[in-house]
Amino acid sequence: MSIFEYNGSALVAMVGKNCFAIASDRRLGVQLQTIATDFQRISKIHEKLYIGLAGLATDAQTLYQRLVFRHKLYQLREERDMKPETFANLVSAILYEKRFGPYFCQPVIAGLGDNDEPFICTMDSIGAKELAKDFVVGGTASESLYGACESMYKPDMEAEELFETISQALLASVDRDCLSGWGGHVFVVTPTEVIERTLKGRMD
Amino acid sequence: MECVFGMVGNGFAVVVADTSAVNSILVHKSNEDKIMILDSHKLMGTSGEHGDRVQFTEYVQKNVALYLFRNGIPLTTAATANFTRNELATALRKNPYSVNILLAGYDKETGPSLYYIDYIATFHKIEKGAFGYGSYFSLSMMDRHYHSGMSLEEAVDLVDKCILEIRTRLVVAPPNFVIKIVDKDGAREYAWRESIKDTGVSSA
Repeated sequence: MSIFEYNGSALVAMVGKNCFAIASDRRLGVQLQTIATDFQRISKIHEKLYIGLAGLATDAQTLYQRLVFRHKLYQLREERDMKPETFANLVSAILYEKRFGPYFCQPVIAGLGDNDEPFICTMDSIGAKELAKDFVVGGTASESLYGACESMYKPDMEAEELFETISQALLASVDRDCLSGWGGHVFVVTPTEVIERTLKGRMD
Repeated sequence: MECVFGMVGNGFAVVVADTSAVNSILVHKSNEDKIMILDSHKLMGTSGEHGDRVQFTEYVQKNVALYLFRNGIPLTTAATANFTRNELATALRKNPYSVNILLAGYDKETGPSLYYIDYIATFHKIEKGAFGYGSYFSLSMMDRHYHSGMSLEEAVDLVDKCILEIRTRLVVAPPNFVIKIVDKDGAREYAWRESIKDTGVSSA
């Protein structure tokens, strides 16, 4: 079994009209065994920037600690939050630093940039960025997620509709992947508010 | 095969570990205590390589004591767990420890807590958890019978059910177990469950 499939994960981020949504599954497993069903894969960097880390959980936790550290230093020096594009570059650089002994993570970054323009991107474990205008996916369920998102997505959705779409895409995809699932965690971020919801799907 | 499991009850946390020290097919001893008492209100149940287990747990115990000496107040369980995880994570790509840890503690402000820390430094706060081949049986028993806020009697009853299941169904089941609990009155040994008594050396 690949090291990326050791813990199991599913992540998706979608762009809407002046908003974005980022969603993950909730399973933490060790190969075939499920350890916990309330694992947080998406973390906040600042009010308008979220990062989800798929892949090996220990590296996701280590990488998250390093990124929070770097962002806090940035805040102290620049006296403002990092823009999502800048943050994506930072993550890419940190991952490439470990080119010949990488973190086994696949990040999914979503944020509101200048003028509250939504920004999403993903990258592989050595920092190759992939910007997208519509949706990005990551984790063991990524192939199913690509299909589900491609068929369910349409541009310029409002927050409520975006939430419905991303939730359905996530739940449908994790049901086809034995290593991810046990519910979902969705953040919908608009310029004025952040709505965090938990989904109940097939609990298996 | 080493079995460690634990759960959180009403105002306490309990950790159970087998007590056999094994080398290939030989059982060196059947009364090896694998649950280290870190300080007055913390327990660390561990399974893994004997050398790493003893070295690493003693290292954590001494660092917990050092913090108390330096600062006059003890570390919280969460802080101890995070420290433990970071030590494992730092060592992971240099000189990894093969130790799986269940860290239980009681804090006055937050009550009892239990942390799952993998040998590759996967970290998660849990209500019930287990390591080793015994986990296949104890986790299932706990899934069936555990509920939050169990009394000590109910929890020890569930522990006994798990031990019975391990003894019945695991082919190389360890004969003896030790049960330790931590609550507002401190961390202490609760009981042993022995099916083979280690007899002393008989005098000549």
